[in-house]
Amino acid sequence: MNGVHDMGGMHGFGPIQYEANEPVFHADWEGRALAMALATAAWRKWNLDAFRNQIEQIPPPEYLRMSYYEKWFTAATGLLLQSGLIARAELETGKPAPGSSKAQPALTPAQVPSMLRAGALAARDVPIAPRFRPGQPIRTHNTNPPGHTRLPRYARAKQGVIERDHGVYVFPDTTAHFAGEKPQHVYSVRFTARELWGEQASPRDSVYIDLWDDYLEPA
Amino acid sequence: MSSPDHGHQHDHQAVPSDLALRVKALESLLVEKGLVDPAALDAIVDKYERQVGPRNGARVVARAWIDPAYKQRLLADGTNAIAELGYGGAQGEHMVVVENRPQVHNLIVCTLCSCYPWSVLGLPPVWYKSAPYRSRAVIDPRGVLREFGLHLPEETEVRVWDSTAEIRYLVLPERPAGTENLDEEALAVLVTRDAMIGVAKLPAVSHGAAA
Repeated sequence: MNGVHDMGGMHGFGPIQYEANEPVFHADWEGRALAMALATAAWRKWNLDAFRNQIEQIPPPEYLRMSYYEKWFTAATGLLLQSGLIARAELETGKPAPGSSKAQPALTPAQVPSMLRAGALAARDVPIAPRFRPGQPIRTHNTNPPGHTRLPRYARAKQGVIERDHGVYVFPDTTAHFAGEKPQHVYSVRFTARELWGEQASPRDSVYIDLWDDYLEPA
Repeated sequence: MSSPDHGHQHDHQAVPSDLALRVKALESLLVEKGLVDPAALDAIVDKYERQVGPRNGARVVARAWIDPAYKQRLLADGTNAIAELGYGGAQGEHMVVVENRPQVHNLIVCTLCSCYPWSVLGLPPVWYKSAPYRSRAVIDPRGVLREFGLHLPEETEVRVWDSTAEIRYLVLPERPAGTENLDEEALAVLVTRDAMIGVAKLPAVSHGAAA
């Protein structure tokens, strides 16, 4: 979707605010929000793409106001509601409603190290032929899907060159909507800064973007 | 970039005062429903507060500086070379390492969200996740680097890596001058998070300064 999350190339957000010796969390609730999002994601009832898509549903003014962990908290709450694991009335009262709970075993402390060590593998070991090869010129689609996508607006309808083939990965545009993994090759694609931004950009610079087969056509 | 003295105007200041309460309320609800074990949340918080952080990445960089064969493996297959040192997993499942050289400077960003190599750098700092960095790193990388105090010559090639997929990037900074006699451990101490994102270079070490 053409959301405010797709920020590459926007102006007007002001200088970068750097904090020296920044703590990992600025308040206890940030760590709890992160941990709840990870502990509930461990059920695999939703995937990382669905989580990102959920964040993208936050209306733009709210998205810009919220901190990173408030967005995480909002997305995790939304997915818990949508999956029926909690009800809105329960959120309001803070108390479980009778008969509302669908049993999902809680992640145990003993499972945390292995969960974080394993991560969530998005690569798929399936024999799918690449449509492109390193060195090949490509053009990205001119597309404006209303759903989740990882083709940034600034890189649509642009010409680039395949730099390397990362292998086969699930396709966010479908997995985010629980519409199947549609595994396909992901490539690092090199775009010159001038192709993306015009003459204002340095002739020496480039942006490398990881893109799925379905975003590309031969140039 | 604002000076550290004025560096506290982060967007988390705009957080509604009841947010901490709402997070607490959700946790209580999930615990009461048996969906979450608070001790598991403690373990996750502890992991990212105390165990995972840029020291991991610094060890990878220092090893690459002293061991050319390791460096070769690291640049060819980041995931497996990093796993040799015991790092991997969440948000480091698929790693690519890009090397800074005198003529090439690499910079990492995620314009669409906040993708970051947790397994080697820990959780990302606020500025990395913020709109100013995400919006401008791709359109004006040299301007962004100037805000960090890094002025690159015109002839340097800047490569920006936008982490749009599940591949996570780490910059291998140039080994600073004056470090020829340092061992791996002493080298690792010199490596900063910002240099591994690509918003800083590592300064030369003057003789006698390194401990």
